[in-house]
Amino acid sequence: MTTKLMGQGVQRVEDQRFLRGQGRYVDDVAVGPATLHAAVLRSPHAHARIVDIDVDAVLDLEGVHAVWTHDDLTGPMAEPLPLLIPHPALTHGRTQYALAKDEVNYAGEAVAFVVAEDRYVAEDALDRIRVTYDVLPPVVGIDAARAADRLVHEDVPGNVGARMEQQTGDAQAAIAKAPHRLELDLTVERSACTPMEGRGTVARWDPDLNRMQVWTSTQSSTGVRAVVAVKLELDLGQVDVITPDVGGGFGVKINHPWPEELLVPLAARALGRTVKFTEDRREHFISSAHERGQVHHVEVGFDDDGRLLGLDVAFWHDHGAYTPYGLIVPIITSTQLLGPYKPEVYRVVFESVYTNTVMVTPYRGAGRPQGCFVMERTMDAIAEYLGKDRAEVRATNFIQPDEFPYDQGLIFQDGRELEYDSGDYPASLEKIKALVGWDEFPAFQKEMAAVGRRVGIGLACYVEGTGVGPYEGAHVHIETTGKVKVATGLTTQGQGHATVFAQLVADELGVRLEDVEVVTGDTRRMPYAVGTFASRAAVMSGSAIHLAARRAKEKVLKIAAEALEASEEDLEIVDGVVSVKGSPGSSLDLGTVSVLSNPLRYAFDEASKAATQFSVGDPGKPPVPEDEEPGLEGRDFYSPERATFASGMHAVIVETDPETAEITILKYAVVHDCGKLINPMIVEGQIHGGVAQGVAGALYERMAYDENGQLQNASFMDFLMPYVTEVPDGIDIDHLETPSPLNPLGIKGAGEAGVIPSAAVFAAAIEDAERLSIPGLAITAMPISPSELFHLRQSHPSQEHTA
Amino acid sequence: MSEELHDVRLSVNGASYDVRVPGRRLLSDALRHDLGLTGTHVGCEHGVCGACTVLLDGAPVRACLMFAVSAQGQEITTVEGLARPDGTLSNVQQAFVECHGLQCGFCTPGFLTTITAGLRANPTPTHEECREMVAGNLCRCTGYQNIVRAVERAAELGLDTPSLVPREGSSTNEETP
Ligand code: FES
Ligand code: FES
Repeated sequence: MTTKLMGQGVQRVEDQRFLRGQGRYVDDVAVGPATLHAAVLRSPHAHARIVDIDVDAVLDLEGVHAVWTHDDLTGPMAEPLPLLIPHPALTHGRTQYALAKDEVNYAGEAVAFVVAEDRYVAEDALDRIRVTYDVLPPVVGIDAARAADRLVHEDVPGNVGARMEQQTGDAQAAIAKAPHRLELDLTVERSACTPMEGRGTVARWDPDLNRMQVWTSTQSSTGVRAVVAVKLELDLGQVDVITPDVGGGFGVKINHPWPEELLVPLAARALGRTVKFTEDRREHFISSAHERGQVHHVEVGFDDDGRLLGLDVAFWHDHGAYTPYGLIVPIITSTQLLGPYKPEVYRVVFESVYTNTVMVTPYRGAGRPQGCFVMERTMDAIAEYLGKDRAEVRATNFIQPDEFPYDQGLIFQDGRELEYDSGDYPASLEKIKALVGWDEFPAFQKEMAAVGRRVGIGLACYVEGTGVGPYEGAHVHIETTGKVKVATGLTTQGQGHATVFAQLVADELGVRLEDVEVVTGDTRRMPYAVGTFASRAAVMSGSAIHLAARRAKEKVLKIAAEALEASEEDLEIVDGVVSVKGSPGSSLDLGTVSVLSNPLRYAFDEASKAATQFSVGDPGKPPVPEDEEPGLEGRDFYSPERATFASGMHAVIVETDPETAEITILKYAVVHDCGKLINPMIVEGQIHGGVAQGVAGALYERMAYDENGQLQNASFMDFLMPYVTEVPDGIDIDHLETPSPLNPLGIKGAGEAGVIPSAAVFAAAIEDAERLSIPGLAITAMPISPSELFHLRQSHPSQEHTA
Repeated sequence: MSEELHDVRLSVNGASYDVRVPGRRLLSDALRHDLGLTGTHVGCEHGVCGACTVLLDGAPVRACLMFAVSAQGQEITTVEGLARPDGTLSNVQQAFVECHGLQCGFCTPGFLTTITAGLRANPTPTHEECREMVAGNLCRCTGYQNIVRAVERAAELGLDTPSLVPREGSSTNEETP
């Protein structure tokens, strides 16, 4: 009997390739002298009018093939790039041009595009382009945007791209009536996804086939395909987009098209040569996307137990110079900040504002880290105010296990109701308290304080809407060799899809894991797909693959039943062999069933000989019966009513140095509920990575813009991405499984969870560590560096006389 | 005016390659684009991330901080050269499979070369030393937890990469360009 693979920590099947240096990332495609290389001239100014571009000296350089500026673009290519997710509240959406027209709005915006024999020569050529700019004063940061003394786009009043409000009642009235009230101002700075592999695109125009083939490092192959077709005025059917191995995405690669994703195919067609663009690290910082920059104001009313009676949140979201990805990030903050809690009345309003900085698209967690920071800081403030245990105040506000499905009364990012499918928050709380040693901590803290050490503990809870629609599909094909080829349209960027999807197919079809091969993100294999983001791959494609495998299995059983003269119910498939239960002599392997599924006229080998018209079938019937298709395949789609809701809680113990304010992590604990686990090893890997990115966002990473809109830390030398020395040495993880009722496998999604509560949990722990020495010290802005903590201490009123 | 080109013989994973490159061509680019050995990755091009780490006569170096012309005469080992001659994975590679030490795999070649050299210098590292061994390489996916475990596991399995055992009597290669 085959053991079920679902739930097992199966080793990854894709690793072999990567470990041997045989991964195929975009820059590994089309290697060799036949390929031309592109480089992009980027604006040095954050805000300027383009007076003139002189490219005369460029083509004199040996090895340069072509140069484009906006004036060279025609038709749809000369129009602004698409606004991917329009929303009625986004009243002033703006997107950039593939190459800047008349004006630049951030330092890094694409101005000209050069194609040459190699990247070195292409960069030499960029130096020969003379651009005359009329420099304008930039708008940098949320305060400047709100002040609106200057405008990013002349036709956007007040720099406000969108204003959106949702409420479940009159929050201000509820707060006014509440026994206790608090107000908080909370800030989170900009950071970025920063995958190790930057962006990249290769394109080849085949005049013989009249086809455009594009390889690109994206989270949405089908999206890129559609936009390349539209912009280059090709039929969708003429464009193939292939996403090979992707070296990390974390959200930034969901935006599309990047200017280069259009310019590379354009150049490939114009020049009749394969063209490649590979972004360098500086370009990634200044011309891809950032996230997280938000300022929040909270008003909350509560009772003696800390129960939320009214919550009113206003916040400002810095979306940078353009809004190609719409309002997804602030909408998620505004809805998901509620976490596992149920305030009686809630109102939220945000403004999404323009600044002359790199645009914003979702970064792992996508607005949730900010929301979680807001809510959890509020919980801590309430506990502090009432002198209560922070865990207890949280528990008071939890949605209870018997209240699911729970409708929060708001509309979520996908346009559906914010209705939680399942969960058990009290159980999670018990687990996290046990895991981190919550109840024992005060004694430890006192003990440490007695010897002059400052230690603190923090706790943060979150809920994550995962597995959003609209749909994903899958195709399962059983070959005549018995091997199973699976294709799904969404992409993969390190989450182990080749393994977890193979596990699902192996289970459903009864085949060996090693006989299943999964292809993702290739529009030739599955042209209908959405993309890999929002922790949706396992839920969406996982479910679709499960359903497609089931369809293939139905066909297997039908054909085998006929061949074995048995009834379908009496058949089972084990290790790729279909047999009549209890009579082992009567069996067929899947490869043979596949042969039988396709009535042939011609024989190519022994196997096909067995399926020719003189060998099989009833001559009285058509070889392919009505409603059937030749071939042993199954295709299906999964489209859920609404998102699933994973949840979890993190706790951290930190130590802060009384002299230097250095922050050390002593213990990190995670309780995690993503429904049924397909592969716990992979889920834990996702948590590890998420926690590291969370630590990064809480303690290190920020986008250091100066007042001129120049990014001062656009390199790994200056942007403090954590090495192993900055992350916890060991993360304690415990799982809870509350299956989702929304999909056949009961799964939720685990990609982003690890990063959501980090800013909140660190703020809480650092504050807790400091409070014994500096009562009333509050951490309200993240990330926090040792020097910031030091200054916070110095400037605290209670310290003034001692300083 | 065209650039001056240099004829260089690169010795990589036991094979010799003759290339003609400009003086400014980075070793990382020469390996990837001229030799087609795309296993060596470029994550930053300024020596910080470690993704491009290769072994030069057994010692880890950043291929993005070296010119191809200056690698002549030294034995270069890239990730493609780490498996055993019979094609099976080296113990360091095997440890990465067992410990789930990679996700997107982009940083992995740099970690594998670094750890291979690290364990050669210190075959029995403590937990702290395992962490230190990978402290110069960036990974955005794994949170490093399983990479450290993989170092420990590899140490347990023992070092076995034959291409790195110094060849008896081999001296600096003095071939002229
Ligand atoms: S690419 Fe060489 S160290 Fe980053
Ligand atoms: S595995 Fe993706 S960067 Fe390390």
